[in-house]
Amino acid sequence: MSAEGQKLGLAIIGAGPAGLSAAVEAASHGVPCRLFDEQGAPGGQIYRALESTPLRERSLLGADYWRGGELIESLRQGIEAGLIDYRPEHTLWQLNRERELGTLSRGRAALTQASQVIVASGAQERPFPVPGWTLPGVMGAGAAQVLLKSSGVALDQPLVLAGSGPLLLLVAAQYLRAGVPVAALLDTSPKDALRRAAPYLATALGAPDYLLKGIKLIRELRRHGVNIVRGVEALRAEGDGQLERVGFKRQGQWQEINAKTLLLHQGVVPNVQLSRALSCRHRWREDQLCWVPELDPWGESDAQDIFFAGDGGGIVGAEASKLQGRLSALQVAARLGAITAARRDEIARPLRRALARELRIRPFLDALYRPNEAWRRPSDETLVCRCEEIDAGQIRAAVRAGCSGPNQLKAFLRCGMGPCQGRMCGLTVAELIGETQGRPTAEVGYYRLRSPIKPITLGQLAELEIPEPRAAKTEVD
Amino acid sequence: MPTRLSSPDSRPTLTLHFEQREISARQGDSVASALLAAGIKSFRTTPVSAAPRGPYCMMGVCFDCLLVVDGVPNQQGCQVQVRDGMRIERQLGAAEITP
Amino acid sequence: MATHDIAVIGGGLVGAAIAFGLTRQGLGVAVFDEGDIAYRASRGNFGLVWVQGKGLNHPNYIEWSLRSSERWSSLAAELHALTDIDVELRQPGGVYICADQQEFEQRRALLERLRTQSGGRFEFKMLDHQALAERVPAIGPEVAGASWSDHDGHANPLYLLRALHLGLGRQGGRYLSGAKVVRVSRDGDGYRIERADGETHHAARVVLAAGLGNVQLAPQLGLHAPLKPNRGEVIITERVAPLLDIPTHNLRQTGDGTLQLGDSHEDAGFDDGTRVEVLKAIVRRNLRLFPRLASVRMVRAWGALRVMPPDGLPIYQASRSHPGAFIACCHSGVTLAAMHAGPLADWIAGGPVPDQIASMSAERFDAHTTVVA
Repeated sequence: MSAEGQKLGLAIIGAGPAGLSAAVEAASHGVPCRLFDEQGAPGGQIYRALESTPLRERSLLGADYWRGGELIESLRQGIEAGLIDYRPEHTLWQLNRERELGTLSRGRAALTQASQVIVASGAQERPFPVPGWTLPGVMGAGAAQVLLKSSGVALDQPLVLAGSGPLLLLVAAQYLRAGVPVAALLDTSPKDALRRAAPYLATALGAPDYLLKGIKLIRELRRHGVNIVRGVEALRAEGDGQLERVGFKRQGQWQEINAKTLLLHQGVVPNVQLSRALSCRHRWREDQLCWVPELDPWGESDAQDIFFAGDGGGIVGAEASKLQGRLSALQVAARLGAITAARRDEIARPLRRALARELRIRPFLDALYRPNEAWRRPSDETLVCRCEEIDAGQIRAAVRAGCSGPNQLKAFLRCGMGPCQGRMCGLTVAELIGETQGRPTAEVGYYRLRSPIKPITLGQLAELEIPEPRAAKTEVD
Repeated sequence: MPTRLSSPDSRPTLTLHFEQREISARQGDSVASALLAAGIKSFRTTPVSAAPRGPYCMMGVCFDCLLVVDGVPNQQGCQVQVRDGMRIERQLGAAEITP
Repeated sequence: MATHDIAVIGGGLVGAAIAFGLTRQGLGVAVFDEGDIAYRASRGNFGLVWVQGKGLNHPNYIEWSLRSSERWSSLAAELHALTDIDVELRQPGGVYICADQQEFEQRRALLERLRTQSGGRFEFKMLDHQALAERVPAIGPEVAGASWSDHDGHANPLYLLRALHLGLGRQGGRYLSGAKVVRVSRDGDGYRIERADGETHHAARVVLAAGLGNVQLAPQLGLHAPLKPNRGEVIITERVAPLLDIPTHNLRQTGDGTLQLGDSHEDAGFDDGTRVEVLKAIVRRNLRLFPRLASVRMVRAWGALRVMPPDGLPIYQASRSHPGAFIACCHSGVTLAAMHAGPLADWIAGGPVPDQIASMSAERFDAHTTVVA
């Protein structure tokens, strides 16, 4: 049997803050792990390309980025000590409740079973469907940041940013620091955002310097003279074959700006592909407007021995993700007999206190940057499912015709059945169904997802080595 | 045009063949980064309506950056690292399956 | 309490086709369907309109399938006219590909028997490698040949389901979603239908077409549905350029360009998941027949639970103890849609019993069909 086929103690999926911290914590207790990551280098999206980014001037990407260096250094030490088996460029296409991980690397598929799994597959940007968002030249703000970090590339100008949330401000600031002009920042936050967030301000003040950072960012943008347009009510991207103009509505009036790049952002949401494919119990977080798997205080899901740490279990940010990764690793270490339950709890205590402190800012941020319904439930002519090109009007019509939920909608319209497997439309679809049926999104539910969660070729599947004994009780005719 | 901000960039320079052009890239770029840096925004046309599309998420989520890489169709440009001499074409509509 | 002429329990392909046929006659029909999550064999359906190979030793079933295949194009046209939905019916003939010579000869022998048993109605021919390659150029070099039947074709089962739902609505029927039925009982001359959400309805007649749900409901109406789930795993690929215009029994290209590969037969209880070794076996067999598919990406797989009577034949029956109560169960909801929407619905509406279904009651299993639960 190949090494891939041997059963592992601990497998970790994702080498961002949560996954790296879990691996390092496990290693510190002598627990070896195999760390799979889709990227070629550690860091996840937040510390992406930290070891290789051409932007070495530290002030440009900022202190929060370079803070990841310590964690990546610990990873390298763990690798050297033979405790962390780091596997970059490994795409996960399957994880089931038997904890069999299907991975794909350099065109070869493999199947590995682990006794414990920590999933740290992070977040993705919340879908931001507006008319024209499929035009080349329109991208997520997160995409622009990936380009900056990994290749030092600033996108085509004039450049417009639109939406809300800390990442949008950060990307604008990073561009400005690099000397790239920002034509406009179209703020889609509701007018009463501050009032809605105010009740959480006192708690937020107890969190480390987040508030201050936010204020500094806005000041920085103002200092650069960025045209910040507040109270934007609607957006559209226009152009022949690629983006040429951004239209926005303010106080009922449409205006236009010439643009070659439009960066959209309205927050991030958990990547639930794996927790959904595992049929974990999920609940709707009305405060964060997203689904999260139900987890115990160690991050374990109802799929036994499978943990979720970091933003994949609910948006918490990088620092809290690290703490969650460590907590999950502690529980795994105890379960595998490397530490006693008492030792686990002793180490966990200060981590939990720190986690609580980190999370104090969340209710404030969640309220402040909560996108309005209009931005989550787009107008009829807006494409919702980018893959199958289904617009919001078709979805509303199908629901009015008796379509009961997201899974029946797939059958009606092929919505969510393209290669992105619902990643770009799932939340919007659930919201639109809820709106049309007049019931809360929490009741509508979500797509039922299944393996493969990333495409795999038939040839790769045919060559997959399946560990014995797995006698198939089947007849294929 | 997009801008490469880093100078000096110590990463080795590579050459890609995009349709009839030669494009210079840096070691560590994804194929999508390299094309975007060269000013190419439209990567594919959709199989549904032949609409043009380009990268949206750059993190493997959206599947809008599909390209033909060294003859293999429907590759996610943001997930493939550049190699010297790579041949890249736009993914026009559905993949052609050749023997 | 809402009152209907006929309640059809089950909104999948079988229930929807019957209900569509009933609304065509002007009857007040209500279809009771479950919510968004249910077993839903119809959504996992492979989409073949298929005759060849079916019905050995059951000439009535061969004839029933043949007639459905013959009536299918008029059903598709009717649905298109009524709903504007093209259900993508294509009947160019279908092939069953034989990997080796032994399989080829066994296939020939089987189909010869079927031809004889059908009184010559079922027609086929065997194609050797060369003849097959002319019609299906994508086949691999090792393939021995195939059986060919002009009766075969395919359709899009999802569009069919949608067209039936829309069509029955256009003809005055009601489709009730999120309306799982838990109990059916006598209520005067008709039946009382109790839903899981507590709502009740009254109907003069009732048709059980709830797939695997019929197992629980049938005894309440003096009927018997000895069904078992039989899992078939199906693989869906990305869209590819046109490659295969003729369906095979386990590979077809849909109108939008995706390839569907199937299908396994597994006894997996009510688990509608997938198993990697089964998917691998499906793929390996298909790659032997079509090697060039190796580079095609699979984007989805699912397990669908077939509604399988012990002998694989449909069950159609009117209750002896409960007048006006009927049952219909089968695992060929696409192939038989034209018969379900036609002669079967006509019979339920009060017309004559179609000749072919007399032998398809559950009494063939020697069950206690008249016992009231």
